[in-house]
Amino acid sequence: MSDYDAIIVGAGHNGLVNAAYLAKAGLKTLLLERRPFVGGATITEELVPGFHFTTFSYAISLLRPDIVQDLNLAEHGLMILPLSNTFQPGFNGQYLFLGPDSDTNFHEIARHSAADAEAYRELSHLIHRVCFALKPWMDRIPPNRLSSDPRDLEALEELKSYMGNLEPDVQQLLKKFINCSAAEILDEYFENDLVKSMIASSGIIGSKLSPKSKGSGIVWLVHKLGEYDGEFGDWGFHKGGNGGFTQVLKRAVESFGGEIKTDAGVKKVNYTDGVATGVTLLDDSTIDARIVVSALDPRNTFLRLVNPDDLPRELVSAIEKYKFQGTASKVNFALSGLPEFPGLEGREDIFAGFTNVGPSIEYLKEAFADCLAGRFSRRPFLDCCIQSTIDPDMSPPGSHVMSCFVMYTPYQLAEGDWDSQRENLGDTVQETLEEFFPGFSQLVLHREVVTPLDIERTVGLSEGNIFAGEMFTEQLFLDRPAAGWNQYRTPISGYYQCGSGTHPGGCVTGGPGKLAAKQILSDRKQKV
Amino acid sequence: MPQTTAFHSRLQPLNKTKIWKNWSGYLVAPSYQHSLVDEYYAIRNAVSLLDTSPLFKYRIAGAGAKQLLEHVLARDIGRCKPNACQYTCWCDSSGFVLEDGVVINLGDEYLLTSAEPSLRYFREAAKQFKILNVDIEDVSREFGILAIQGPHAHSVISQLTDAATPLKYFGAAKTEINGLPIVVTRTGYTGDLGYELWIRTADAVAVWDALVESGKGYNITPIGTTALKMARVEAGLLLMDVDFHSARNAWVDAQRETPCELGWGWMFRKMADDKRDFIGRSAIQAELNSSSSRWTTVGLEIDWHDYERVHLEAGIPAPKHEIYREATMSIYRRNGKLWDYAGYATSFLFSSLLKKPIAIAKLPLDLAKPGTEVDLEVPVIRKPVNVLARVQPMPFFNPKRKTARIESC
Repeated sequence: MSDYDAIIVGAGHNGLVNAAYLAKAGLKTLLLERRPFVGGATITEELVPGFHFTTFSYAISLLRPDIVQDLNLAEHGLMILPLSNTFQPGFNGQYLFLGPDSDTNFHEIARHSAADAEAYRELSHLIHRVCFALKPWMDRIPPNRLSSDPRDLEALEELKSYMGNLEPDVQQLLKKFINCSAAEILDEYFENDLVKSMIASSGIIGSKLSPKSKGSGIVWLVHKLGEYDGEFGDWGFHKGGNGGFTQVLKRAVESFGGEIKTDAGVKKVNYTDGVATGVTLLDDSTIDARIVVSALDPRNTFLRLVNPDDLPRELVSAIEKYKFQGTASKVNFALSGLPEFPGLEGREDIFAGFTNVGPSIEYLKEAFADCLAGRFSRRPFLDCCIQSTIDPDMSPPGSHVMSCFVMYTPYQLAEGDWDSQRENLGDTVQETLEEFFPGFSQLVLHREVVTPLDIERTVGLSEGNIFAGEMFTEQLFLDRPAAGWNQYRTPISGYYQCGSGTHPGGCVTGGPGKLAAKQILSDRKQKV
Repeated sequence: MPQTTAFHSRLQPLNKTKIWKNWSGYLVAPSYQHSLVDEYYAIRNAVSLLDTSPLFKYRIAGAGAKQLLEHVLARDIGRCKPNACQYTCWCDSSGFVLEDGVVINLGDEYLLTSAEPSLRYFREAAKQFKILNVDIEDVSREFGILAIQGPHAHSVISQLTDAATPLKYFGAAKTEINGLPIVVTRTGYTGDLGYELWIRTADAVAVWDALVESGKGYNITPIGTTALKMARVEAGLLLMDVDFHSARNAWVDAQRETPCELGWGWMFRKMADDKRDFIGRSAIQAELNSSSSRWTTVGLEIDWHDYERVHLEAGIPAPKHEIYREATMSIYRRNGKLWDYAGYATSFLFSSLLKKPIAIAKLPLDLAKPGTEVDLEVPVIRKPVNVLARVQPMPFFNPKRKTARIESC
């Protein structure tokens, strides 16, 4: 008799979602977390009294809507606040400021190019149609392309005919996203560089890509697949920072009777004759369970928690080749007041959303060139969010917290190491902000620098990749994390994977956790 | 923040309601007074002044301008002579309507208004048809547009320019008001006698003042967009996003409409002589040949007695005063079967002038004949109730003065 029906390793948001679904289905479920609190990379920390930092992830869009319903998250305090504004500072006082009204946005873009304003509308609608077309495939277990199971063959056939039957313009744009760089698509629609660079940022986030690299198309699409109350591509952040969201999930797990144990790192997964039996903790104690689910990334799931020698050689080699190569960092600030953009002094609304520092395609290209040379960008791309402009509980009144997502910062530095470069990166980010928001540095009360190395050390994401592996076409859907092993199972019976290294991938989607639970429950039903 | 139009400094103090709405990113007044019907009757009884500047405006010039418009516009621009205007539409390659608008042929250039941005669309079309010698310019900010509409429109405008006398229905002229250059057209969205003026942004306030001054003896009244929309139902003029949607913003074909389905089949009456290769032609041709339209757009006259009866039976007076609705209302066949769905109405008005409720509706071809009886679903104390309605040709209201030749003041 096992201690538990299911043990989930890692209480990141996907581990939490998975545990909640399994507990809800009536399984005796235990969620284990190495750190003293749940959340993984989706946490909020009060690093300075009164100042709440979203240390790692800082926004939500791709959270699958059915999870909210299935797990009664609204009852447990879900509150995703819309981040409908985008401010894009340019050079020489130029800027773009978009908000929730499409007519106002039209005129704002038309200040730079009337044709681009029209193209923005047209392309946005077409992208929404592409997202709508892909939505069913975001929410189902992808077929196994190496399988001869009739169900897989049928699903592959269905996929083929579904894609073939898409409306021609939707199909055409989808193909472009898959095959082209973001810059190529942007050049087709837009003429103004500031407009292009604003949109291009979606194509590079978290990825070792420039807007001109092939693959930036798909990363762009991935960032639009989310929705806010049914509006595709809109983003929000959780009340209390993204850690507020994982606290909601924690309450959901507990409401279904799931147990959560923190300060309980897992050393290895135990199995006999290819069948999972439980886990051994870092303190060498063991807990038995017939189902073990790894919410960690593929490298940890296949190469650390189990002995790779017990796995098929093709799988091990695929996971060894699977690209992590984290290139993003976070620099978070406590600020004594709001930054100011010359010409728009005193405007709080420009910060009530995302502030995108990356004023031209050339700027992004140069930033990427530094990355290729093995150093962090001397003028980095920044995706900033002053969440306290929306949620007053994030910082004491009058002061603010600012989350800055920073690119590019390669995990592997050509010279030196991140322990010695950490504060240099912080200084560089601060200088960049000073360039666009003069006087910024005087506002800084506290600074937290989180490098790819810190992400790896603290959260365990290999090489600090925020998506648990690059979101490249060859690492998505049928091939995430590896062909043949994209259905949440592993070669060890009863051992499953549910991290962002599985479909639908990175970002706070909950999709992997949900779909893995679906697979586990259907496998269990068949056994019974 | 929405922008303001070139006339805003004059309009702002006039708006007694203090309510503004966003039309294509500009502040406009739905109404200036608390009585909609007063504004409505300014159109039918005296003369009304309306700011329609939020429309997108384009100038198409150069030797290739006509050639481009021949390829893009569904209606033959060749039939629009210099100093004349044409109501037209343009379609996608499947023959679904993207936009409708009015094009003005000024001889050396064309001016065009539309409800949605079209600059990029026209530029892309120029590339597609390899037309190099055409200059397509967004002049939305360079001009304000005022509509002066109503039986006394000519009495007012003729004090300021001779170009309006005579000016044929859908005629256009370049002229001046107090030395300020304007383009005047005999067009409008009210179905009444009326003119529209293109005024340079810098001159907007001066021309407004001149019109208001000249209109004093005729009770000239600034009107908001709601009174205009009430009038346009009587005129049988369709409104984008109410009676139809641009194919560009649609998700599926069920949300799209062809020109024939919108009742614009008359635009293609001379199709046999028209050899143009315009966008959507083959689809439109096929639809005309096979009568494959899914709908046709018709006027509905709601039977007054039946309308009154269903309300009286519920114990309430029939609502008439300032009833203008932009909601979908279902239409059923009158064949004895219950709720046999046939189509839908998109605009509903109790016409104060015609003293009956009227609607603009989509019906299948077999129900399109004038006089055909259908049931229109009307909410009576929140409950759906069917009321007898009859298909009627539009416009519902079509005064002679709209098109009459006006020789003198």
